[in-house]
Amino acid sequence: MMPEQTSNTPLLAADGTPLRQSLSRSLRRQKLRALFLIAPLLVFVMLTFVVPIGNMLFRSVQNDIVSNIMPHTVAALENWQAETEPLPDETAYKAAFFDLFAAAKAKEHTKLGARLNYEQTGISSAFRKSGRAIMKPGKELAKTFQKIDPAWGKAETFIALFDASFDANFDANFDASGKKTNTSLNQSQLARLNQLKGEQYIVPETKGIAADAARALPMTAREFSYWTLFTELEKNKSITEGKVWEALYVALADDLQNPQNAAAIASLSGPIASLVKTSAREISQQPRIDYTKIMGGVNKGWSERIIWETIKLHSSVYTGGYFLNAVDMRKTLDGPAIQPESKQILLNLFQRTVKMSLIITISCILLGYPIAWLLANLPVRTSNILMILVLLPFWTSLLVRTSAWKVMLQQQGVINEVLVWLGIVATDNRLEIINNQIGTITAMTHILLPFMILPMYSVMQTIPPSYVRAAKSLGATNWTAFWRVYFPQSIPGIGAGSILVFILAIGYYITPEIVGGTDGVFISNRIAYHISRSLNWGLAAALGAILLAVVLVLYWAYDKIVGIDNVKLG
Amino acid sequence: MKLVKSLLVASAFAVAATPVLAAEMTIVSWGGAYSKSQLKAYHEPYSAKTGVSIINDDSSAEAVAKLRAMNEAGNVTWDVVDVVAADAMRLCDEGLAMEIDHDNQLATAPDGTSASADFGNLIVSECFIPQIVYSTTFGYRTDMVGSTPPTNVCDVFDLKAYPGKRSLEKRPINNMEWALLCDGVAKADVYDVLATDAGQNRALAKLDTIKDSVIWWNAGADTPQLLADGEVVMGSTYNGRLFSAIEEQKQPIGMLWDAQVFDLDGWIIPAGLSDERKKQALDYIYFATDTQRLADQAKYISYGPARASSAPLVGKHADLGIDMAPHMPTDPNNAKNTFLYNYSFWADYRDDIDAKFQAWLAK
Amino acid sequence: MMAATTPISRKPLSFVLPIMGAVGLLVGLLIGTSNGISGMGALIGVVIFTAICVIAIRAPLNEKGVRWFITAAFFLAGWGLNNIALGLLGGFIGAFTGWFIFWLYEGRYRAKLLPYLTPAQVFWHYSFRVICGAIFIFLISPIIVVMPLSFNAQDFFTFTEKMLALDPAGYSLKHYADFLGIRDDSNGEWIRSFWNSLIIAPLATLISVSLGTLAAIGLSQSHVPAKRIIMAILISPMIVPLIISATGMFFFYATMGNFMELQLGLNKDLVGYIKVILAHAVLGIPFVIITVTATLVGFDRSLTQAAASMGAGPVTTFFKVQMPLIFPGVISGGLFAFITSFDEVVVVMFIGSASQKTLPWQMFLGLREQISPTILAVATILVALSIALLTTLELLRRRSERLRGMSPA
Repeated sequence: MMPEQTSNTPLLAADGTPLRQSLSRSLRRQKLRALFLIAPLLVFVMLTFVVPIGNMLFRSVQNDIVSNIMPHTVAALENWQAETEPLPDETAYKAAFFDLFAAAKAKEHTKLGARLNYEQTGISSAFRKSGRAIMKPGKELAKTFQKIDPAWGKAETFIALFDASFDANFDANFDASGKKTNTSLNQSQLARLNQLKGEQYIVPETKGIAADAARALPMTAREFSYWTLFTELEKNKSITEGKVWEALYVALADDLQNPQNAAAIASLSGPIASLVKTSAREISQQPRIDYTKIMGGVNKGWSERIIWETIKLHSSVYTGGYFLNAVDMRKTLDGPAIQPESKQILLNLFQRTVKMSLIITISCILLGYPIAWLLANLPVRTSNILMILVLLPFWTSLLVRTSAWKVMLQQQGVINEVLVWLGIVATDNRLEIINNQIGTITAMTHILLPFMILPMYSVMQTIPPSYVRAAKSLGATNWTAFWRVYFPQSIPGIGAGSILVFILAIGYYITPEIVGGTDGVFISNRIAYHISRSLNWGLAAALGAILLAVVLVLYWAYDKIVGIDNVKLG
Repeated sequence: MKLVKSLLVASAFAVAATPVLAAEMTIVSWGGAYSKSQLKAYHEPYSAKTGVSIINDDSSAEAVAKLRAMNEAGNVTWDVVDVVAADAMRLCDEGLAMEIDHDNQLATAPDGTSASADFGNLIVSECFIPQIVYSTTFGYRTDMVGSTPPTNVCDVFDLKAYPGKRSLEKRPINNMEWALLCDGVAKADVYDVLATDAGQNRALAKLDTIKDSVIWWNAGADTPQLLADGEVVMGSTYNGRLFSAIEEQKQPIGMLWDAQVFDLDGWIIPAGLSDERKKQALDYIYFATDTQRLADQAKYISYGPARASSAPLVGKHADLGIDMAPHMPTDPNNAKNTFLYNYSFWADYRDDIDAKFQAWLAK
Repeated sequence: MMAATTPISRKPLSFVLPIMGAVGLLVGLLIGTSNGISGMGALIGVVIFTAICVIAIRAPLNEKGVRWFITAAFFLAGWGLNNIALGLLGGFIGAFTGWFIFWLYEGRYRAKLLPYLTPAQVFWHYSFRVICGAIFIFLISPIIVVMPLSFNAQDFFTFTEKMLALDPAGYSLKHYADFLGIRDDSNGEWIRSFWNSLIIAPLATLISVSLGTLAAIGLSQSHVPAKRIIMAILISPMIVPLIISATGMFFFYATMGNFMELQLGLNKDLVGYIKVILAHAVLGIPFVIITVTATLVGFDRSLTQAAASMGAGPVTTFFKVQMPLIFPGVISGGLFAFITSFDEVVVVMFIGSASQKTLPWQMFLGLREQISPTILAVATILVALSIALLTTLELLRRRSERLRGMSPA
């Protein structure tokens, strides 16, 4: 009998520290040791795989291209009540004109057109043609202005009017000649340029726009500022080297005609002031700038509703549109809607991929189990020789095996020829075992069979034969001994093999493409199409994310049912 | 351990200190016989003339995606890329290809015609430098079509007169046009009809009549293999592959040129190159797309040169010694009824119609 | 199953004849259907085969003579009916028939089996082996079929008439010459690709195996925080669709490649190889992890404790106690990782450039652009090399077993 511990002092470890402390310290040490061993690999995989793939899959929700390239339009369209109004109002058209002009000069407009074309056919050519035609309105107005005074044809005029850089020693609000400066306009246009081109340009704080000119001619000032920044930072030239930007004339005409600017124009002073005032008088005789008409003239697509609808629908920086597309739906103004039946294919493909992968896994189990049993239960010398027959297909390149199956399964291929020669099938009634699901299943089963056999074999090798003998000695029939004693012990091998085969089967696309014809095609084929041909990486990422999610869910279910610790690959 | 360490360091230095060789450039193309023809007609003469060594990369099949990835990553390793015109348009739209001033940056014809006039309406995009005209057309087994060989593209849809399987490309382009043509639509109206939903359904319905007898191909080499096997009675592919199968491999195949669809293959220069590499690439392009060079390529492969001034210079095949002119898709005998791939139409409608086509295929 | 020497005895004719009759029925049915007389053909088949059986058993000749006679008869019949190919086939059928008759008649089918097996169990024993044989044929037939095609004189994947008639004009070694780069118009790209594969795959495997084994040992420790999540992360390269992995990893490796080339001044080609090797290493890691963790599941912890109790440090314990026991698992995982890298085409096409063109990439090009049987020549060479390697390993294993006295010589 051990003497009872009656005191309330805590238990102590051998070196005198409290037991609890000692235990938790050694637990921590064990965890640290485990982490220390795992860390190199984890860091490697996280860095080179998980993070890049995460970025790639994140493209499935990224949609900043629309608001980067046409920011003012996106903002203006927020006020458009698309359900009730047929077309957006003048502010949207005005925003679109200047956005499109800047985008065309920066060669970004076709990118947006291509992206929107995924949602609505015809937009890519509308944008491309608009990009070519958007210079015209400004060119015509340039002629008008130059008739008023040839000075309007020179960049220097605009510089004299707007430019107001200041000496940093002075008050930041006044330039060297005493003109009040507006620095925020340059900063906002710099932001616009950086957003459009995805760059990180900076402009010195000492550059400014003359504040009074900016008040009198706001649109022109804005476009002047943008033009200057674009030419100097992006093109690395001075604005005096080329032609005056055409949009400036449109903005100028608009500003001069705008009654809200009249007072500010009247109070302008400086060398160009009189020119401005004269031009204001002349321009007010011209018809008022109508942006709706201008954009309609640039391309008739802008007079129709559908292009505005598409831009509005897809203007948010993060979008669920790609995921909707991935499940055969699409965004509409009334919310998600199902794609027209003629375009429904992706859900079907998902189903088909999972179904065929299951069939392939099951046929691999059925074909692989006898072989694994045979190899495990024959003497080692025979089974090693037979193992060569399993490893040889494993070593042979996937492409060679797929081509071999093509040669075997074709209508004029080996199998059909042999069957015809033996007389089992008539020559005009040959078996159609390729370019359909049968072809895919046959070829994929063959390719994935070694992945099933090897894990099963290694598990079966560890099953002691004495259990089955004991069962038989207790009176079990062959079948009972197998089913109730041997089979349960081989389940971990079946589990490991199935998970391997299933995951690999879902991801393959080269083999289904070659032998699958049209109804033996997998979802990965579509992912590959969208990455390589249509460049719709958002949709490809959404499809990939869904596939990954499906597999992870199945993996989790498998873990719950079989337990990942029971998996033995070899 | 010390020895190993110093050996590793030494080898790293040795590798890193490899002297910079004479200029080299990476040119991307499709591989196979086509790349070989470019090697003989362009790369070897250019290297001999300038000493620039050319690395061939056969990645044109993945060029579009890889160029976009390289551009985004800021590391464009290719100097000149061979792509089909539709891909060139796509790349141009995405800002991935450089704009070319055809008149100033390409050679004039020997008689003084400017490059843009010499290429004519084959310059379908500002970024594209046309190289060859090839066509997608049909070949048939001469020994499997009975006594009257097919002469009209609608014979492909005639299962009674020409029973057996056909092979068509696994994309809507060309197939939809042929289907509409054979459903009675006039050639001039084909694209107007195809732009409508009803028109697309009509084309798919016509294709439905032969769907069970069609093997769909993805790679240009598929149809010649299927024809050689006798798997199909007739099949569409690029005319150069058929030429190779008939003249070089001596297979019993005949050409069905009716309603062949011309397409263009040519060069683009990727955007984002340094000034030095840009200059090098333009220098190569200037050489490789002049009149004589384009005619030289026709010695190795039966694709038509894109320049009008090259056509009279087309001679004989370098190995077989046969006259190449009758095998050109542009030869008057073969070009009695042709389509030109409608780039602007397909640039707009491709994604939409492709989705419908794939959905129809999967049924 | 021991090599028992069950006593065997002759079986009565009433046992052998029905079986041969059944065989004859099948064969006759097959041949009869091809000539449109299935019923009659079946009957003829039964008659012929039972007749052969009776003659074989009652003939005054010894067994060997009878068997040779049957073989020759079938051979001549086949040759006479068609051509020498059919004759050879006939010869095989004849030899098999002769052997089968005496195998049944002399009761030899019982020889290697346990004496107490019931007839049903005997039947199952042999049918099971026939089924397994069929599956092995399924496994190996595509490989066997394409090997003759690699000798095709034409550039197509077709068995030409000349080849089927065993006419030497239909065969040629030109595709092998193409692979080895000794044909005049080939440019050694196959050999270059082969070398590239041989450089990239082993190095990638080395990295995945070493890092993966370490991590697997870490994962099998007693207390691992967030074990499930870590396992899921480490297995993810196998799960993500390959084309997305390729595109995603491209961005990382492009940035890394930029850094290495510009900041560290490394050679462009070396950087390219490093990129592809690392990418392949990541793809092979899931296999190593699953394999080695599974092997460690059954690992007896008390062995490490015993080693520790005898004074071994952790490193010594690892190399002397753990490693030898988990070695099969490590090898297995390494094998899967090697094959994944050696056979991988999508990732290397995206991440690598022309100088890293591997064998599968070259084969893929071959299939798309020029369908040439050179890829079959490559496959045949690799198959021959693998057979040689595996046979050598097996012979070495047997030799070491013999030397250690573990098996009878």
